[in-house]
Amino acid sequence: MSDKQYYYAVARIRSKELTLLSAPFIEQLMGAKTVAEALRMLQDKGWAVGEGSSESERVEKMLRAEKTKTWDLMGELVDDLSVFSVLRVSYDYHNLKAAVKEALTSDKHRDIFSDEGTIEAEVFRKAVAGRDFSLLPEEMRKVAEEALDTLLTTHDGQLCDIILDRAALKAIHEAGKRSGSDILALYGELMVASADIKIAVRAARTGKDRKFLEQALAECDTLDVKRLSTAASEGFDAICEYLSMTRYHDAISELKTSPSAFERWCDNLIIRNIRPEIHHPYTVGPLAAFCIARENEIKTVRIVLSGKINDLPEMSVRERVREMYV
Amino acid sequence: MGLALALLGAASAALFAGIGSAIGTGRGGQAAAGVVTEDPSQFSRVLILQLLPGTQGIYGLLIAFIALSNIGIMSGSPQVDMSVGTGLQYFAACMPMAFVGLISAMQQAKASVASIGLVAKRPDQFGKSMIFPAMVETYAILALLVSILAINGIQ
Repeated sequence: MSDKQYYYAVARIRSKELTLLSAPFIEQLMGAKTVAEALRMLQDKGWAVGEGSSESERVEKMLRAEKTKTWDLMGELVDDLSVFSVLRVSYDYHNLKAAVKEALTSDKHRDIFSDEGTIEAEVFRKAVAGRDFSLLPEEMRKVAEEALDTLLTTHDGQLCDIILDRAALKAIHEAGKRSGSDILALYGELMVASADIKIAVRAARTGKDRKFLEQALAECDTLDVKRLSTAASEGFDAICEYLSMTRYHDAISELKTSPSAFERWCDNLIIRNIRPEIHHPYTVGPLAAFCIARENEIKTVRIVLSGKINDLPEMSVRERVREMYV
Repeated sequence: MGLALALLGAASAALFAGIGSAIGTGRGGQAAAGVVTEDPSQFSRVLILQLLPGTQGIYGLLIAFIALSNIGIMSGSPQVDMSVGTGLQYFAACMPMAFVGLISAMQQAKASVASIGLVAKRPDQFGKSMIFPAMVETYAILALLVSILAINGIQ
């Protein structure tokens, strides 16, 4: 699949890259005095600012619209969007989780579902509500049933989350490898590795046992999950010691700073790894990199605007702001 | 048999170089369309870059014309008694243009596509962007010269 050459699509993306938000623009956005001023700046950049009764509602609508815009563009450029499964499969598992949780309550919240997945959100609702898991792809059926049964019998939301999150990570890793694209495989690998580190650190800090870690951690190529779970059961220092022997040794200082610093490091690591795609002329790589860059800038805009809406100190926002692709 | 070999050489020059150019301009055209979709003002710039891999097809045609003219096909009096040795000489003389034309057009297309991407992001660098695919043209011109000299040298 990676052998396919996307001459038209990549050339169009080259033009589109000019509209991506740069680091100086994010600085300007942070300097905006009000949310309204920040929204105006984004509007000037072509962002579709939505209508709404409150600023947070307008921001939320805008961010959703921007996400949709990216995938609509990819739909125009690529015949078969399955090549981007690694980027979209997490939305499917998010929707599955939402459907499972919704099954336990009488409330219906359409807005907790995402439209960016590979399967329509309504399919998950139907499958879970009617226990008709045959509506789902084969690899999701067993895990959906297991998560629903666990939630219904134990009412343990965390256990249900662990089952679904691990399945999501496994699916991301597999989709990356299946894509046949180096950049997408690397994205899948980094996503799973960073999630594993996050889980291990959280488990070490909350004193979770080894059984929990074995249930929660997903296999990947750049981390030895058994060693990571052993280290996590021993404590935070043991995790740092193990990580110092891996390619993720830079993460140690960030982990010691704060969870948000580590989250930012994970996202920056992905952006740094995809940046060479700016120079690749016709593979799927620049398209995938554009999607990842858009996700990254949407996340950064959300952080900046949330900071403004909630009057957070600038330093607190700044430590969460991600590196930009361009 | 000699005439058939000479004809095969002439046809190969036009055929392979033409195939290369068709593939090359096709790829360039796709990339150019991508840029023009977003920025129609770049049309003239990307059109030139698209056309660069098209020259090999013209060179191949030129070699085919010279060869066909020399063996009398163009004047309507083909050298039906041409020896196998002479036919092979024509065939060999056309090969540089056939193969270098095919490969250089395809490689030039890659450079053109990359340069179209460059123009999309930095339209002011159009002059420099032309140089990269033009470098590949050098080898097509060398092959053209060798084929012309070789055909003209056949007694």
